[in-house]
Amino acid sequence: MLVHSKAGRWAAWALFAVLFLPLFALPLVVVVAASFAGHWSGAFPSDPTTGHYAAAVRGESLQALTTSLVTAVVASLLALVLGTWAALAAARLGRRTKRSLDALFMLPVAVPSVVIGLAVLVAFSRPPLLLNGTSSIVVLAHTVLVTAFAYQSVSAAIVRLDPAYEQAAASLGASPGYVLWRVRLPLLLPSLTAAGGLCFALSMGELSATMMLYPPDWVPLPVRIFTATDRGSLFSGSALAVVLMAATLLVLLAVSRIRTRASYR
Amino acid sequence: MSGIRFESVSVAYGGHTVLDSLDLTVEPGEVMALLGPSGSGKTTALRAVAGFVTPASGRVLIGGRDVTHLPPHKRGIGMVVQQYALFPHMRVKENVAFGLRAHRTPRSGIPGRVAEALEMTGMGAYAERYPRELSGGQQQRVAIARALAIRPGVLLLDEPLSALDAQLRSGMLAELARLHRELPDVSLLYVTHDQVEALTLADRIAVMDRARLQDCGTPQELYRTPRTEFTASFVGNANLLPVTVAERGAVFEGRTLTVGPAGQAPYGIAPGATATLCVRPHLLALGEGPNALRGRITEVQWRGSTHRLYVEVAGHRIKADLPELRETPALGDEVTLHFEPRDAVLLTAGVSHG
Repeated sequence: MLVHSKAGRWAAWALFAVLFLPLFALPLVVVVAASFAGHWSGAFPSDPTTGHYAAAVRGESLQALTTSLVTAVVASLLALVLGTWAALAAARLGRRTKRSLDALFMLPVAVPSVVIGLAVLVAFSRPPLLLNGTSSIVVLAHTVLVTAFAYQSVSAAIVRLDPAYEQAAASLGASPGYVLWRVRLPLLLPSLTAAGGLCFALSMGELSATMMLYPPDWVPLPVRIFTATDRGSLFSGSALAVVLMAATLLVLLAVSRIRTRASYR
Repeated sequence: MSGIRFESVSVAYGGHTVLDSLDLTVEPGEVMALLGPSGSGKTTALRAVAGFVTPASGRVLIGGRDVTHLPPHKRGIGMVVQQYALFPHMRVKENVAFGLRAHRTPRSGIPGRVAEALEMTGMGAYAERYPRELSGGQQQRVAIARALAIRPGVLLLDEPLSALDAQLRSGMLAELARLHRELPDVSLLYVTHDQVEALTLADRIAVMDRARLQDCGTPQELYRTPRTEFTASFVGNANLLPVTVAERGAVFEGRTLTVGPAGQAPYGIAPGATATLCVRPHLLALGEGPNALRGRITEVQWRGSTHRLYVEVAGHRIKADLPELRETPALGDEVTLHFEPRDAVLLTAGVSHG
C-alpha cells in the first residue's frame, strides 16, 4: 500500500471521487438516465419510459447492432491474424528493419481515422478494386485501423516470451512450424485474446472512418447513434448508446473469461 | 553411438570472438565437462552443438555427421538448460511426449516411452501435474526425462544444477551419474562453472577461459598435474608461486624448494628458467618440515571442519587449508608452513601473480 496514514487514505479517496466521478462516471450515468427519459427539461429527467429500448432492439436498430457485431468480429479476427503474423515475422528482423515496420503499422493510429476512411474510399472506388458501396469496405477500414493495436500488443508479448522455450522445443526435434503451433502460440494465447478484445472494442466504437464509407445497407450502430442525435432524438440515441455499451462489455467479458482460463494453464 | 567433434570452431558476435578455434572430441559414451568462468565460451560451444549459434568458421560433427549448417531440430540431440524451460501449458507427461510427437513416433508407442523416461528420473508419480506445481529439483528431473525420451545419442547439459540449492545439487549429481551408468551409449556434454560438478561427473574435463580451450584431461590429470596456471587456480584453487628453476628444485624468493620425486630435474625445464610452482591449499601443513615457508598470518577463516589461513610469505599471499585447529591462530602471528615435494607441480608457463 502506497499511502499508510488513515487521513492520507481518506484524502486519496476524496481526490479519486472528485476526479473520477465527474470525468468518467457522470457522463455514463447521464446517458443511462437519458435513455429512460420521456422528457428532460429540469435538472432531472422525467416521464420514465422503456420505449426507447423497445425501439432500439428491433427493426433497423437491431440490424445496426448486428452489423456492428459482425463488422467488429470479422475485423478484429482479421486484425489478429494479420497483426500476429506481422509481429512474428518482425521479431526475426534486424533492429532497424523492425523499427521501420513498427512505424508502418502504427501509421493508422497516428493518422486521423477520417483520413484513413477517405484514403480507403479513394483507393477502392475504382475497378478492379471496386469495393465502394459494399459492406467489405467498412470491414476493410476497421481492419486497417485495429491491426495496429493487434500488432503492437502481440509484438510486446513476443519480446517477453523466453526464447528458452522454443529452443528447448527445437532441440527436441520440433520443426519451426510445430514449435509455433504447439509452443509459441499457446504461450501467447493470453496476449492474443487481450489484443482481440481491444480490437473488438475499438471497432465497435469506430465512427469517423465509418462515416466516410458506410453503404445504406450496412449501417453500424455508432453511425445510427450519430444520425439519431443529429436529428434531435437524444433519448433514443442514448438508448442505442447503452445497447452498444452493453453488447461490447458482454463480448469483452466473455473474452476475458477465455483469457483467465488460458493464463491459468 | 555418437560422439561430438569440434574442428577449429570459432564463433563471433559483432566482431567479438566468443569462441576461438576450439578443437575437441567427445568420444561416444563419454562424459565431457566444459569447465570455465562465465564468459569463457563454454556455453557458446554447447550452443554451437545444439545449433543455436552458427560458427563463423570450423565444423561441428555429431556421430561423424557434419551438422554445422543443420537446423537444431534435425540434429538428434537432447538438451537440458539451467532454467528447465518446461512448457508451462502442458502437463508433465505432455512435456515428455513433446519430442516423441515432434519426431512422429507412432501414437501407440508414446505412453510407454513417456512412462519409461519418467520412471528413469523418478518422476513417474507426477505425470499429471503441471510444471508450476513442481519444485525446482522435480522440474529439472522432468526436463531430463523430456530430453531422454527421444533417446538422443548426445545429451547437452547447460549448467543444469546451478538453479538448485546445494543439497539438491549433490543429490542430482549422483542421479546424473546413475543415469549415465544406465545409458552408457549416450555422450554427455556438461557445461558448468563448478569444479566439484566437473570433477565428480566427468570422464574428461575441458577447461575454458577467454574463448579458448586451456586444458583438457581426466579429472585426476587436471587436479594432480595441471598444465596451465589457469587450470591450477580454477580447478582446486591452487597457490601459484613464481620460481626460478635450479639444478635441483626451484628457487622461490631466495629459498630452494624441492619439487617432484627426489633428485629429478623437474619436468626437463632448463635451469635458470622462470616457472610457476603450484601447490594445493590442503596439501600445506603447519610446522617445520621439507620446503618450509615462514610468514605472517593476514587472515583466518573458520570453515567448520577446516581452517583457511592466508599467510604472507615474502610478499606473496599463500592459502592453506588445515584440519580444524584446537587453538585458532591470531592475525599477525608468525607461522611456518611446509609441503611434501611430491605434492607440488612446476608449470613452465610465464609467471603471473595469482
